[in-house]
Amino acid sequence: MNWAEFFSMGGYALYVWSSYAAAAVVLLLNIALPLRRRDAVLNALREFYRLKGRSR
Amino acid sequence: MHVKCIRENPASPPARGEGELVEIYILIGMHKYASPKTFYPLAGTLIPWLAGATVLLLALGLYLGLFVAPPDYQQGETVRIMFIHVPAAWMSMFVYAVMAAAGAAALVWNVKLMETLASACAPIGASFTLLALITGSLWGKPMWGAWWVWDARLTSELILFFLYIGVMALRASIDDPRRAARAAAILALVGVVNIPVIHFSVEWWNTLHQPASVGRMGKPTIHLSILMPLLTMAVAFTFYFLTAALLRMRNEILEREKHTSWVQELVESRR
Repeated sequence: MNWAEFFSMGGYALYVWSSYAAAAVVLLLNIALPLRRRDAVLNALREFYRLKGRSR
Repeated sequence: MHVKCIRENPASPPARGEGELVEIYILIGMHKYASPKTFYPLAGTLIPWLAGATVLLLALGLYLGLFVAPPDYQQGETVRIMFIHVPAAWMSMFVYAVMAAAGAAALVWNVKLMETLASACAPIGASFTLLALITGSLWGKPMWGAWWVWDARLTSELILFFLYIGVMALRASIDDPRRAARAAAILALVGVVNIPVIHFSVEWWNTLHQPASVGRMGKPTIHLSILMPLLTMAVAFTFYFLTAALLRMRNEILEREKHTSWVQELVESRR
């Protein structure tokens, strides 16, 4: 198979590849955002327990 | 209530009939997996397997969809947009149903874990809805000649997106997590009425959008070479949803259970 032909998608490259790109962005964001949030939550809780331990 | 007092006082269960005790033990079993403390590590074990299955299924689905499936005799290569568009649209409704069911379970049985599930569903479902709308637009332009039409299917799917946004906004506007979960659950349940509207919109109204080829009575009307990538992508998206939902649920459990000793121990043991 010819790769140039594959990427041209019969002249519909813009529409087909934009759809797959949109899917990639959505799928990656919904994993990346919770992972980043996890770090933020763990840091916040660490601080929370540190302050709690000090006030005791 | 009885369950609670037994769990807190395992050494001295109150005297009662045998049948009643069995019932209580079953309840304890269910509560065990629904307790955030048990669920948190269980989800942690499941996530890598679900993520692995997602990656494999996505790879298979992309291979079948981009290399094996033939171009459509009318729509040419744009038919490949379907392998993203249709599973995304299915997921937009499936995730909504899960969110509403979890919300209902949380309202009826007061299960905190169901509240976190409902809360995790909203952003994931909203993004699948947005993806269905975007890819639909990208498919509509070359095939219909318009990015958007106020067709019943498109309009009801857009309303679904606004419902998700509404559920998220309502939850975010109430500080107390339990009250927020209750309010969001009620709104989500009211919005369920939109799901059959989306599904039947192509039958009830004359729409530009094509009717169902797969989820209908009788045999699907599409060839196996098109059906296989479609179903593979749909299963991949389902595993993806489970992975993403568990990730979000674990974050919310940590935050909501921060006053418990097990979360404190867990956080302090990871430095």
